[in-house]
Amino acid sequence: MRRILVLAWTEVLHVVRDRATLAQVLLIPFVQLLILANAATFEIRDTPTYVVDQDHTNASRGLVTRFAASGNFGIVGASPSADAANERLLAGDVTMVLTIPRDFERDLVRNHAATVQLVVNAEKGMAAGIVQFYASRILSRYAEEISPTLRPLNGSVALVPGPRRGVPQLDVRTRAWYNPTLDYRHYMVPGILVALVTLIGTLLTAQNIAREKELGTLEQLNVTPITRGQFIAGKLLPFWVLGMFELAAGLLLGRVVFSVPVLGSPLLLFAVSAVYLVAALGVGLWISTIVETQQQAMFVTFFIMMIYLLMSGLFTPIDSMPHWVQVVAELNPVRHFVAISRAVLVKGATFPEIQRPFFILVAFAVVVFSLAVRQYSKRTA
Amino acid sequence: MSAFTGLLRKESLHILRDRRTLFVVIFMPILQVILFGYAIRTDISGIRLAFVDPSPDATTIELRNRFAATDAFRLSRVLPNSGPLDQLFASGAIQEAVVLDNDFANRLARGLPARVLVVADASEPNSGSAMESYAVAVIQGFQRDLAARAGGVQIVAEARMRFNPTRASSNLFVPGLIAFVLTIISALMTAISLTREKETGTMEILLVSPLKPLEIIVGKVLAYVVIGFVSVLLVVAEARLVFAVPLRGSLLLLLGEGLLYILTSLSLGILISSRTSSQRVAMIGALAGTMLPTILLSGFIFPIESMPWPLRAISNIVPAKWFVIIARGIMLKGVGLDYLWQETVILLVMTIVLVAAATRSFRIRLAA
Repeated sequence: MRRILVLAWTEVLHVVRDRATLAQVLLIPFVQLLILANAATFEIRDTPTYVVDQDHTNASRGLVTRFAASGNFGIVGASPSADAANERLLAGDVTMVLTIPRDFERDLVRNHAATVQLVVNAEKGMAAGIVQFYASRILSRYAEEISPTLRPLNGSVALVPGPRRGVPQLDVRTRAWYNPTLDYRHYMVPGILVALVTLIGTLLTAQNIAREKELGTLEQLNVTPITRGQFIAGKLLPFWVLGMFELAAGLLLGRVVFSVPVLGSPLLLFAVSAVYLVAALGVGLWISTIVETQQQAMFVTFFIMMIYLLMSGLFTPIDSMPHWVQVVAELNPVRHFVAISRAVLVKGATFPEIQRPFFILVAFAVVVFSLAVRQYSKRTA
Repeated sequence: MSAFTGLLRKESLHILRDRRTLFVVIFMPILQVILFGYAIRTDISGIRLAFVDPSPDATTIELRNRFAATDAFRLSRVLPNSGPLDQLFASGAIQEAVVLDNDFANRLARGLPARVLVVADASEPNSGSAMESYAVAVIQGFQRDLAARAGGVQIVAEARMRFNPTRASSNLFVPGLIAFVLTIISALMTAISLTREKETGTMEILLVSPLKPLEIIVGKVLAYVVIGFVSVLLVVAEARLVFAVPLRGSLLLLLGEGLLYILTSLSLGILISSRTSSQRVAMIGALAGTMLPTILLSGFIFPIESMPWPLRAISNIVPAKWFVIIARGIMLKGVGLDYLWQETVILLVMTIVLVAAATRSFRIRLAA
């Protein structure tokens, strides 16, 4: 045990005396958490919209007003020319073009049905679908609103208030459970925090032994009586403490700045974090025992982080991925820890509900730690 | 000049002989395209839906069938009352519930307001609001048809998804991915390779050689320009062949802009390395400082317009944002320099500023 602590202490000194690393390790996660937690939303406000109104009637103007007043759309230009709209779409400063064809009002009055054209710039994927949804919601509401008021007047068409007809009324209400205000930051803060701590922790551990190899100081450690298990444990311990500290501080920051809810037991979360960090840092050390140089360590880490992040459910839901990817994602510790921290913080889950991912993490930690110990050889080839 | 070619030769050998790094650098982008293409979906399908219908009849069954008929929903429970919902949500058996009023069809027929409640599991807000909008869209379609039958007005939206009609995710991600891979390879490799010379002490040897500082930098990074360029070619080719991602604009322009972006990232890497003395600091700076911002602030996955204004402002200094706009413009929209000159100029200016800052710090270090 003493040997482990001595080795851990040298690591602590290494980090503490390297002011630049210390500053990075302490600042980067928190600054990024504060900034990036705001970035991950698909919520759409003020979609820049261009209106091509070829009808110029009360009905078409009314529709444009509804779009402008909705808060989801901002009218950035209008002209009767479709070419001008296309130009703006290509230039990229317009996301949707609403085209109201000639005879819009006439069709509404005569046929009780009219068509408008929506062209959405779909180069941004998800956002395009949501924009389309917002637009069709406004259209249905408008149709409902003008239904009772449409009547032919003296042969020409106009909108006049009329008696309400027996149009069926549906009153649709929506409710978002577990996060009634749909504040995505409650959801993103735990996820981004986990990602940042994992990124930095894995990097630090992955370059650690590689650096000793590169500088030749590993030789000196190889001739000491320290055992392989003690060596890996000693390397792991300081970064584990650092990781626990960062998680705790980051959570506190999230609580204070973003008022992230803590519905479940924080103690449970820390217990899981303790296991998770062994798994995450163990991966870093395992990489470090395999590679020869820090450059290699960094690239392998980067490669693994990439897969970690994309398959963590942090940015895109795992439920929508193909089956084989979901199976592969089971091997991703980040995914399990993100799920656990969200469940505990946002849903108030207790141990029985997070059992399964917890035991997967335990198994992962044990396997990775033994792999790292096995891989580390005190003999140089 | 022979000293310069000597340095070039040395760098190339360094890279070529380090098989592991070379392997990772070449295969990483290829694997990423596959991952993005097959695995990453931002749309949602197969939502597990509970349909609570206290008084079933023809009208409510029609609504229920509408849900069942979509790809987005899978009707997993039909319940007579909302009692078990709590439990079903907590266990994750359902993700969303549509709850109809008592006497729904009757009220509807009599013109009284008939209530529909849509409850979504919003512990993941992005999917939560998407699920909510899908359900509301289905109900609206139902309502429109009812209204039309009763003589109400209908406004039909004829929607067209411009530039990416199928909204295939590979089309969206490949341009962003190119930016991502280039940032990592160029910025990281350069930063590491320069600080490595410092850490192992060989930089001193280079500095006493007749090579000028600029020649040292150019010699060190030239090889990485080539690697970056090769990965652009690989990613674009793979995207075309495997996922049939369109390339509507000019390939030459795309490669040219790619080269420009490589230079931007390289100068970022040089700047990082000139400010740091150990590989560890360079690594954390380059990786932690570029990885998440490039994913989150470039518009790669999340739309920049949705962000609060301070973030929109910050996103302007992320070079990847501009390259993503350029790459999407060329690949998906098929536009040329006449539309993209602004973004190109911004990247150029960024590169010049970064190079100037880097050479200045490099000289200062020489004097010290």
